[in-house]
Amino acid sequence: MARQINVALIGNPNTGKTSVFNRLTGLNQQVGNYPGITVEKKQGICKLDRGLKAHIIDLPGTYSLNASSLDENVVIELLLNKNDKDFPDVAIVVADVENLKRNLLLFTQIKDLGIPTILAINMADRMKRKAISIDIKALEERLETKVVLVSSRKNEGFDSLKELVVNHTSLSTKPCVNASIIAPEYFERLRKAFPNQELYKLWLVITQDVNFGKLERGEVQGIATFQTKSKSNLKRLQQKETIARYQFINGVLKETLTIDTANAKDFRSRLDRVLTHKVWGYAIFFGILLLIFQAIFDWSSYPMDFIDASFAALSEWVKNTLPPGDFTNLLAEGIISGLGGIVIFIPQIAFLFLFIAILEESGYMSRVVFLMDRIMRRFGLSGKSVVPLVSGTACAIPAIMATRNIESWKERLITILVTPFTTCSARLPVYLIIIALVIPEERVLGIFSMQGLTLMFLYLLGFAAAIFSAWLLNKVLNIRSKTFFVVEMPNYKVPMFKNVAITVIEKTKSFVLGAGKIILAISIILWVLASYGPGDFNDASKIVTQDTASVNLSEEELETKIASFKLEHSYIGIMGKAIEPAVQPLGYDWKIGIAIVSSFAAREVFVGTLATIYSVGSEEEETIKNRMAAEVNPVLGTPRFNFASGVSLLLFYAFAMQCMSTLAVVKRETNSWKWPMWQLVVMSAIAYVVALGAYQFLK
Amino acid sequence: MLTIAHLKRGQRAIIKSFEVENVPLKLLEMGCLPGNEVMVVQQAPFRDPLYLNINGSHLAIRKETAALIEIELL
Repeated sequence: MARQINVALIGNPNTGKTSVFNRLTGLNQQVGNYPGITVEKKQGICKLDRGLKAHIIDLPGTYSLNASSLDENVVIELLLNKNDKDFPDVAIVVADVENLKRNLLLFTQIKDLGIPTILAINMADRMKRKAISIDIKALEERLETKVVLVSSRKNEGFDSLKELVVNHTSLSTKPCVNASIIAPEYFERLRKAFPNQELYKLWLVITQDVNFGKLERGEVQGIATFQTKSKSNLKRLQQKETIARYQFINGVLKETLTIDTANAKDFRSRLDRVLTHKVWGYAIFFGILLLIFQAIFDWSSYPMDFIDASFAALSEWVKNTLPPGDFTNLLAEGIISGLGGIVIFIPQIAFLFLFIAILEESGYMSRVVFLMDRIMRRFGLSGKSVVPLVSGTACAIPAIMATRNIESWKERLITILVTPFTTCSARLPVYLIIIALVIPEERVLGIFSMQGLTLMFLYLLGFAAAIFSAWLLNKVLNIRSKTFFVVEMPNYKVPMFKNVAITVIEKTKSFVLGAGKIILAISIILWVLASYGPGDFNDASKIVTQDTASVNLSEEELETKIASFKLEHSYIGIMGKAIEPAVQPLGYDWKIGIAIVSSFAAREVFVGTLATIYSVGSEEEETIKNRMAAEVNPVLGTPRFNFASGVSLLLFYAFAMQCMSTLAVVKRETNSWKWPMWQLVVMSAIAYVVALGAYQFLK
Repeated sequence: MLTIAHLKRGQRAIIKSFEVENVPLKLLEMGCLPGNEVMVVQQAPFRDPLYLNINGSHLAIRKETAALIEIELL
């Protein structure tokens, strides 16, 4: 068996660390989660010379070893724990050639931990244009390690990098900066108390315990007594440490790096002048938003229709091919249509991530954060909330995960709580069918279609609800959290196709596997509840045949009658009848009630459930629509789906928290059941009251 | 007290001092330290947030943070 060594890739955000990872591992990588937390863990294998294999971990980007987020904490956890199976034999610090000074801060910290550390200076292809020159030999001497220039864009320097990894045992582990100079007495006491430990490591343990909470590391007992007198005292020492490190770095770079600043005025500042302009900046941003919506709702409808039709055909084929029975029905009606319900969202999710990946890779996203921060702050949000709110129009799950880089806990929590108000793609099928039923096909001023305007209004309503409730939460929530906001404004880059493609594939995959599991489980449960029942259910065909004996029904009509009788007496039908009194004031009957209840698993289930309930053989929208239009309110004798009940339903879906997967993600991200339960109750209560008001008013 | 919040676009200054407690560590690590040069690259409407170049690092901070950092004009 080939010998394997652990390699950790570490670097600041925006240094192209992930492209280096992609270059080293190709598609030979795996994305998972660190146990217990939702931080992404990327690892891969890279074949080296002499039968050696490198197990490479792409650690989350961080500016230093002083963590302020879960993601950053992962880096320190690993580097401080020699017993971790992933503890690196060698670390590669990836630096951006244009930000070498700042990037070296992290490098010195890693090297001071006594880990063999290679410095890989990325984006070397930019050096010529930016008139940067580096004396690599001198830099290696000063940093006492090996330095290599790489360019992931041009695929250069990776052979040398691999060669250095093979020879990692010859690297010096001497520290760059003697951290104890910042408080000699204090460090001396530390050294005496723990003679066997490395001083810098002890110092990191202390600062981390104070700033981020206890780490699980039994090896350094009794260190708590060494905590400094106060938090501000500690921070003063950390500032001293940072200054000491920069002094070292400045000294090193003075001798090794030259930049012709005349050349530095460039593309970046010209582009910034337009993209962050008071007027043009906003105009361009809204233009891009429009393009994204166009892609998600228009372009992706073609593949979605195709997927829809394919799954319907597959289900039909299974039904006709396999011997009839419970298993075939479960497969055809439960599992296959459940899978179809997941797969159909792939085009939208993929388009959304494609755009987000391009905007992130290019460096534009930071400009959006910069432009929007002031506006969002009025509502208790942060400029960084824009990304989740926009992503929420595809799916709230990845959107909520995208809140992680919001530093202030209060702003982050508010963003998480209000994101589900934005109109996600699962609401779309519900909206489309109801609008088609109750909004007349007329045009306003001869151009705008009423139905289109209604749909747009619902989107705006979603955003407005999110913003308004954020404003309210900001007033109500009594959370004191330091609101600090520091955003790096990276250089503009042309996105690398490989990086974008890998992101889109990975994110889509994790959506399908993560949310998909739940949707699939729900559709199976629903199918079971709708396919079995007590008492009358089992005698359905006998009862219906007797009841309709006097009327001359075709076989097909009889089948339909039996199916709908069965549904009424199935477990789900009994449940629907039980909740009917609650939904009647909103203008719904028990059938819609069931569709709503099953929608609490996932909204898109609504149309499918109604299709089953109205026993329409196919899920094709036109037929369901006709069937829904023909449904009559037995008391009033008017159509069940009229303007009043239709509007009431639209509003109910606009506000209600109907998505188990979102609740599960909120639980994970806030680490408590309190917030998801709060969302479920409050949002659904708002939905109920608004729908009730609308129906009673319009009736 | 003259602070970064007073700087106009394109103006350069040297960071003099600030209360360490009030300024996030991340900002210090990105180069916001006494003696370093700072310049306002762009400003959002109402001059908030500010897009700065500190010591070669490009970053944006809110006005309230900028107002805590004392400077000396160049």
